[in-house]
Parts: sequence; structure tokens; C-alpha cells
Amino acid sequence: MNAPTTTAAADPASAYVRIANLTKKFGDFVALDNVSLDIRRGEIFCLLGGSGSGKTTLLRTLAGFEAPTAGTIHIEGADMSAIPPYERPVNMMFQSYALFPHMNVEKNVAFGLEQEGLGRAAIRRQVGEMLDIVKLGGFGARKPHQLSGGQRQRVALARALVKRPKLLLLDEPLAALDKKLREHTQFELINIQQRLGVTFIVVTHDQEEAMTLGQRLGVMNHGRIAQVGSPCDIYESPATRFVADFIGSVNMFEGRVSEAEADGVRIECGELGCALRVQRAVSCTRGATVWTAIRPEKINISRQPPAQAAGADNAVRGTVREIAYMGDLSIYLVQIESGKVMRVTLPNTTRGAERPIARQESVWLSWHGSSAVVLTE
Amino acid sequence: MAFLAWLECRGVDGVGGRLARLTQATGRRLVAGVPVLWLLLLFLIPFIIVFRISFSEVRLAIPPYTPLISWRHGAPSLELYGSAYSFLFTDPLYISSYLYSLKVAAVSTLCCLCIGYPMAYAIARSGAASRPVLLMLVVLPFWTSFLLRVYAWIGLLKNNGVINNALMYLGVIHHPVALLQTDFAVYIGIVYSYLPFMILPLYANLEKHDMALLEAAADLGARPLRAFLRITLPQSFAGILAGSLLVFIPAVGEYIIPTLLGRTDQLMIGRVLSDEFFENRDWPVASAVAILILLLLVMPIMLFQRLERRQLEAVK
Repeated sequence: MNAPTTTAAADPASAYVRIANLTKKFGDFVALDNVSLDIRRGEIFCLLGGSGSGKTTLLRTLAGFEAPTAGTIHIEGADMSAIPPYERPVNMMFQSYALFPHMNVEKNVAFGLEQEGLGRAAIRRQVGEMLDIVKLGGFGARKPHQLSGGQRQRVALARALVKRPKLLLLDEPLAALDKKLREHTQFELINIQQRLGVTFIVVTHDQEEAMTLGQRLGVMNHGRIAQVGSPCDIYESPATRFVADFIGSVNMFEGRVSEAEADGVRIECGELGCALRVQRAVSCTRGATVWTAIRPEKINISRQPPAQAAGADNAVRGTVREIAYMGDLSIYLVQIESGKVMRVTLPNTTRGAERPIARQESVWLSWHGSSAVVLTE
Repeated sequence: MAFLAWLECRGVDGVGGRLARLTQATGRRLVAGVPVLWLLLLFLIPFIIVFRISFSEVRLAIPPYTPLISWRHGAPSLELYGSAYSFLFTDPLYISSYLYSLKVAAVSTLCCLCIGYPMAYAIARSGAASRPVLLMLVVLPFWTSFLLRVYAWIGLLKNNGVINNALMYLGVIHHPVALLQTDFAVYIGIVYSYLPFMILPLYANLEKHDMALLEAAADLGARPLRAFLRITLPQSFAGILAGSLLVFIPAVGEYIIPTLLGRTDQLMIGRVLSDEFFENRDWPVASAVAILILLLLVMPIMLFQRLERRQLEAVK
């Protein structure tokens, strides 16, 4: 394997699937722009992105349905370029499930094994085992149209998994299920994945789904990988403004670095009306324009001025404009003195709290110096 | 109707709802009634007349068959004869014509399927822009008279026609090959004329296929040919059946094509039927022939409907 990689690739030995400099163009449209990515054996990797970000194209290229314009894909060191979809050690679970409507559940699941020329008895046994794993034991004789959405999803999963692929691609696996079932299925999916040890690549536009399912996430934007990391990395230490904004909600301020020290920076921020002190090592020079991102749940809201006292760093005054009560937490939209509206969330930890903060009330917002993230791009 | 809508929005559902349902029911009956009346007047009643004539005997009169009820000794008596039917089974001409018609129709249908399926498939898979053009080309021959098109084949197939002359000019043959008035000519005529009836229902079926299913089949390890045989072909079964019946049924009773292009020593049943009516003036036998063709054709239609119902259930 001599394919060059541009991302900070992990140890080459652990790169089970290696995507190197992959580019895919549809006419003038660049769906994948020089994507390099390593997937580890046995992990669940989630590709997260909006529509048109290239995540589905990447998945289809891995399956062999799209030929890359440039770049290579290696699975366990074997080049996949010249290998057609029907010979790849890769299976896909389609977003629409693509179950064969004229075959019953058993036939659907058996289809892949029949192509391998397995014996009848072996096929029957393996199909039975797989249907038990996805809890569809008694449903073998049903046709897809006689199943519920959740059951169809599991047939699609069983049909792809029964081939014991080296890599299972899941295209929006839970998008067609309702919310309650989706949560339940997420954990079931992780369970099955761990039992069988198959490497999963999941494409989703739902960040919650990606965070729950994925051991690592790849955030995609405009055909490029914006950031790869654990859910925690991506949420707490986003690499770019796009990632910070795409995952969760965030308060973002443009500012200028006034002091750059080893343990942190001080940022003058006109939009905020106070200086920001960020206690994190940031590689930027004095005078540089940066963006500071603060997550809504990391901001304190209080009637009294915080301990830092007025005029200090990391504290501003504002007026509550809107309160959205969500049950488990409440969202406060607070207009600060510069006119900008900040989003703050507080968990509703006590039942029937005394004198809750009301609309139009004047409040203080403050946060800890380590809570903000400084972004340079 | 405006009054009903007003009632409905006033929440007077008891009265308005019932009234609305009532008018809806009459409307539905009216819509269904028109085709029922059409079938009754133009199909069922003529069929009953033909059916009744088939059970009479020929006589020299106007009309040229015995009446259903005759007066004998002042009392009415029903006159039913089975002689027309028994005649059909005693004269080998009829049985051989029936069998020949079935054979010609079956072979032509098979040829239409073999030519039409790839064409329909190609149209269904072509780009959205070229599809209407290709479909237009399929239907284009209908813009010329059917009779004219069959006549044109005479000019192509006859001994000193275009095909023979061309082959002789090229030196492939030295004497003209008899093409006209052969089974071959009838097959060409029928396949050429009925091909659109095969292509259109097949196209309508194939065009609806979910391409993701073929990708799924490929993903599961099926080569393109296997994926076609296991996924596309079984799912296009309803289209194959519809197209085949649309070709087979009219082909069995085809009159013009075999008369103009076909053999003279072996007639198709449509020609026999017309000869009985117009040459022999034997209306009872002609009617019996017609009834038997109908019976022969009703069976595949019923079969088709049963299969289609099953297919629909499977897909839904």
C-alpha cells in the first residue's frame, strides 16, 4: 500500500479500510473533494453531514456503485478500484431498505448466500440464525409488505449481515423509523454490531443518531471531511466554525486576539461587549481575527452579578427575551447589551423551582474560561 | 352543493353528511353506469343474439335461420338445435383452423415478447429526455392506416418484391424465394402490427421498477444477468402477461393479415368465420364459430386477471 494520505492517519496497521485522496465529480459538480479517511477494524464510524455534503456518494463509492474520478479505496490492503459491487466484501443497507417485494423474508435474507453457491441446508441454518439475531424468528414466510417499518429495517439489516461482510455500509438506517423506535433500535444496532464484530460505516444527517451510534464521527461538508474524532472531541473541541455550528447549537462571536499566552488567550470582542478570556492553549498570534464558540449549556444565568464582578472577563448583562420550556430543560434567549441574542440552556433540576427567571428580567450571563472554544477557520 | 358545504362547516354533520354521502353515492353510480350501459348495449346484447343464432338451423329466408319460438298446432314451442356445433367437430376444417390460429397467435406472441421486452427495457432505462421520443417512435406506425401497412408488406415479400430483388441482386439467391403466402409472412405481419401492444404495457411496468433493488442484488453478490433473472423478470411478470394477452387475443381472430399475406391452403379461424357469414350464408355455423373463439379467449383473460390480482397483492 503506497497510497499517500493527507489526513493525520492512525497507525497504518490499524487502517482496515483506507480511503485515499478520493475525488468524485458528476459533470462540474464535485461530490467528493480529495477525501482521505481511515476506518478501523470493528468500529462504528458515522459519516455526518447535511444533504449534498457527499456522505452518500462516499458510501456508494465504497459499495462500488460509483466509480471514483480519482483516488483509491483499500479494504484490508486490497485495492477495490477494479472490483465490481457484486464481488466486493462489502454490503449495504439501503435507506429505502430495497427489500425484494416478490420474495418473503427468508428468501430476501437467503438471496446473498444463494449467490455464493452455498448448500440449501447451510443457507437455511444461517438465515435462521440471522433472523433470530434481529428478532424476526417467526417472520420468515412473510412478504415485506406484511411487515412494519421497524421489521423491514431489521430484514434489511439481516440480509446485509448474513453475508458476514468485511464492511457494512448503512445509509440513514433509522431515518424511516419514528422517534421512540429509533432510540431503541440505535442500541440494538450497537449490540448486534458488537456481537458480530462487523465494521460499520453509518451515513446520517441526524447528529444525535451519529453521537449515539458512532465511536468516531466524520463530519462532511461540501465533499470534504471537515473533522474526524470521537463524539466528545467533535462536540467539545470542534475544529472549524462549520463543525461547531453543525453539531449542536452554539453562540459564536468574532473577535481579535489581544493577548496570547501559553495557557490561554484574551480576545477583544465588540459583539459581546466584554473581553473573553479563554483558558486553553490556542495557536494564534496577537491581532489575529478569531471566532469564539460557547455552548448554551455551559453558560450560567443569574440575577446577581457573578463572582468575577461587573466589567470583568467572561460575563455580560442582558435581558431575557424568550423562554422555551422543553420539560427536561429550558432554553433562554437573552439579548445582551450589544444587541446580540445569546442562547442559554438550563436543566430543570428541581420541580416547581421558586421564582424562576421570567421574561424581560435583567440577568447576568457568565461562563468559565475553559468553556469557550477559539476557532481560527 | 354550496348549501351542503355550508351545512358541513356549520357542523351540521348529521344532515349535511348524510346528504353529501347520498349525492356521492348517486354520482358514483352514474359514473359506473355509463360503461355498464355501453357494455350492455354493444357487447352483452349482441353476444346474446349471436349465442341464440348459434343454436338455430339455417334456412332460406330473411333472416337466414330458424326462429327461436315456432307455433305448432297453436302452441308455442322452443326450437333449439345443436347441429351447428356438432358440424364444427365433424368437419376437420374447423378444428385445424382453430389449432392453426392458436399456433400462429402463440408463435407471434412469443416473437413479440422476445423483440418487445428488450425494446421496452431500453426505453425504460433511457434518459428522461429521450423517453417520450422513443415512445413516440413505437406508436408512430399507428398514424398510417393498418391496411396500408399490411399491403406494403406484400410489396416487400412478393416474388419480384423488394426483398427478393435485393437478395438476387446481391447474389445471395438465384431464384426468388417464396415469402408471400407463407406462415413466415403471417408472423411478420402480426409481429410488425402488434409489437406496440407488447411494448407499451411492458414499458409501463419496467419504468416503475425501483433501481435500488438491482443495486441491492448486485451488492448481495448477483451478477447483472442473475439480478435480471431474479429481480427484474419476476417483477415484470404482470407486464409480460398484459402484453402477451394484448397480442395473443386479437392475433387469434386476425382476419386481414392472414388473408393478405397468408397461406391459401390453411385458413385462420377469423377467415373461416367471415366465409361462413358472407360466402356460405350459414349464420348458425358462423355464430357457433364465434362463440367458440370467445370461449377460447375468455379463459386466458380470466387466468390473466387471477394472476394479476395475485401479483398486485404481492407488490403492495
